[in-house]
Amino acid sequence: MSSETDFTLSIENLTVSFDGFKAVDDLNLYIDKNELHVVIGPNGAGKTTVLDLICGKTKSTSGSIKFLNKELTKMSEHEIVRAGVGRKFQTPSIYENLSVFENLEISYPKGRGVVGSLFFKRTDTVLNKVYEIAKEIMLFDALETEAGLLSHGQKQWLEIGMLLIQDPQLLMLDEPVAGMSVKEREQTAELLNRISEGRSVLVIEHDMDFVARIAHKVTVLHQGKILAAGNMQKVQNDPKVIEVYLGH
Amino acid sequence: MSFVYEKLMGGKSGLTGFIILATLILVIFPTFLDLFRLNLVGKYLTYAFAAVSLVLLWGYGGTLSLGQGIFFGLGGYGMAMFLKLEASSPENTAIQSTPGIPDFMDWNQITSLPWFWEPFNSFTFTILAILILPAAFAYLVGAAMFKRRVGGVYFAIITQVIAVILTVLIVGQQGFTGGINGITDLRTLHGWDITSNNAKYIFYFVNCFLLLGVIVLSRFILTSKFGRLLLAMRDKEDRVRFSGYDVSNFKIFIFCIAALISAIGGAMFTLQVGFMSPSFVGIVPSIEMVIFCAIGGRMSLIGAVYGTLLINFGKTTFSESFPELWLFLMGGLFISVVMFFPNGLAGIWDDYGHYLTDRLKQLKDKFTTVVLNREPKQLAEDAG
Repeated sequence: MSSETDFTLSIENLTVSFDGFKAVDDLNLYIDKNELHVVIGPNGAGKTTVLDLICGKTKSTSGSIKFLNKELTKMSEHEIVRAGVGRKFQTPSIYENLSVFENLEISYPKGRGVVGSLFFKRTDTVLNKVYEIAKEIMLFDALETEAGLLSHGQKQWLEIGMLLIQDPQLLMLDEPVAGMSVKEREQTAELLNRISEGRSVLVIEHDMDFVARIAHKVTVLHQGKILAAGNMQKVQNDPKVIEVYLGH
Repeated sequence: MSFVYEKLMGGKSGLTGFIILATLILVIFPTFLDLFRLNLVGKYLTYAFAAVSLVLLWGYGGTLSLGQGIFFGLGGYGMAMFLKLEASSPENTAIQSTPGIPDFMDWNQITSLPWFWEPFNSFTFTILAILILPAAFAYLVGAAMFKRRVGGVYFAIITQVIAVILTVLIVGQQGFTGGINGITDLRTLHGWDITSNNAKYIFYFVNCFLLLGVIVLSRFILTSKFGRLLLAMRDKEDRVRFSGYDVSNFKIFIFCIAALISAIGGAMFTLQVGFMSPSFVGIVPSIEMVIFCAIGGRMSLIGAVYGTLLINFGKTTFSESFPELWLFLMGGLFISVVMFFPNGLAGIWDDYGHYLTDRLKQLKDKFTTVVLNREPKQLAEDAG
């Protein structure tokens, strides 16, 4: 197996098979520190499955996922989160009945045990962190709003904020701009560029303009395998990628 | 002080509701009801423990248990075993072929006290057993299910099945449990006659204070971060899990707390009613407890108490005159509450109660302006 590396995330020979169908097939993927890495590919290419495997939602059939040299495949979901991996789901996944403030507070990485949560106190440290994140995700004026009343785009930002408050070393976002207006897309691109400093970000996205604006590195998946990888320009001009994904 | 006010009482509206309930059960009922009726209310209030436990588990936790009767029964049987042993002293049971064991054991040709009955000679052990055994059993059941991510309707069915199994076990093992008749003929607690009027009053008040204490404890849980996590898990369980929480531990904990609360209710039931039988363990009582909670409002600790009182008053009144119709009426009430008022009585109060309070306020304002303010003016005019 692989030795110690400098990568934030190194995926090696990762395979997952559902009743014989290989959704991810012998995949190798490395993400550097401070890198914003985008995975693109047609429907069913296995993009979301890769995120599921990293965050522990799906168990791999074989292969290794190392995060800061820690093997993730044997860990349970909450342990992976506590190790520093945050994941945003495709559809906004927030607590609709709670306020924006409470959504962020629940995500604050203290009082995560049963007893800890019973005696958790809203200290100034917590308040300041919540305010700081709320400003970052442009929801400071909506702190007391019930999250269910936010617009679709704001819900996406809130979920990103809920991850940011945990200060993860690896942030994974599944289609963060799906369903957003043009203006919201621009704001999200700026947000992602801001938050990718000091951590690694892995994004799944379909919107090529958006990808071009944010990506440091692009990987194209097809049928569970890597079709191409490199910077945006290289990938866009790759004949295989044009054939299966981008079209002529 | 602010900790008590905010965390234990739930702020101004919570405190008002709490004081009104406390006044009702501690002052109004004992003043206006005769002892027979008061004892009946006391019995209803023991069911309220189970209803309150369902507010935590079902209302906030989103996990419906159709087996709270299990824990109510375990608590009740624990207390009944202690009282039965005290009632079965060798002098009292001299006519039996084996004196000194409970009468139903003697009738079933059992000649010595079974091992698991022995420790119930001790009152301390009994109290600990009531507080620990049901919660420990809930832990086993909860861990087996929640760690495997069994939830929702499957959880409801499994708890119901356990309630059936426990009933069958109690009825079948007549020699050890008293069978279908249950454990009856309970007389004294440390030599103190529990059927005396004095004892009935005392148990009623102990029961009330315990219930109010349980409500305060539940408030503390619900106003903590734990309470918000329960709501969050009900809404988006995966998001909570992927925010670094071990979701199953939280569910197991609230299930154990709900079991503990129900068991206290069961033990108080035995003390006030004077017996315990399998008819308070199985499916019907368990579902009735869910109905009490739903009608009172599954998001309201205090509402659950009113729901329990209301349905049981109804049951006593209607089932005397129309015993066959009562079950249909209760079923109909349950369905209509779930369909039209999902938050029960408490929800109706939240939505429409302000009409009443506003009207009262208007009347009060009118009163102050008309009666109090006008007088000096009037006097001045008269003088002028």
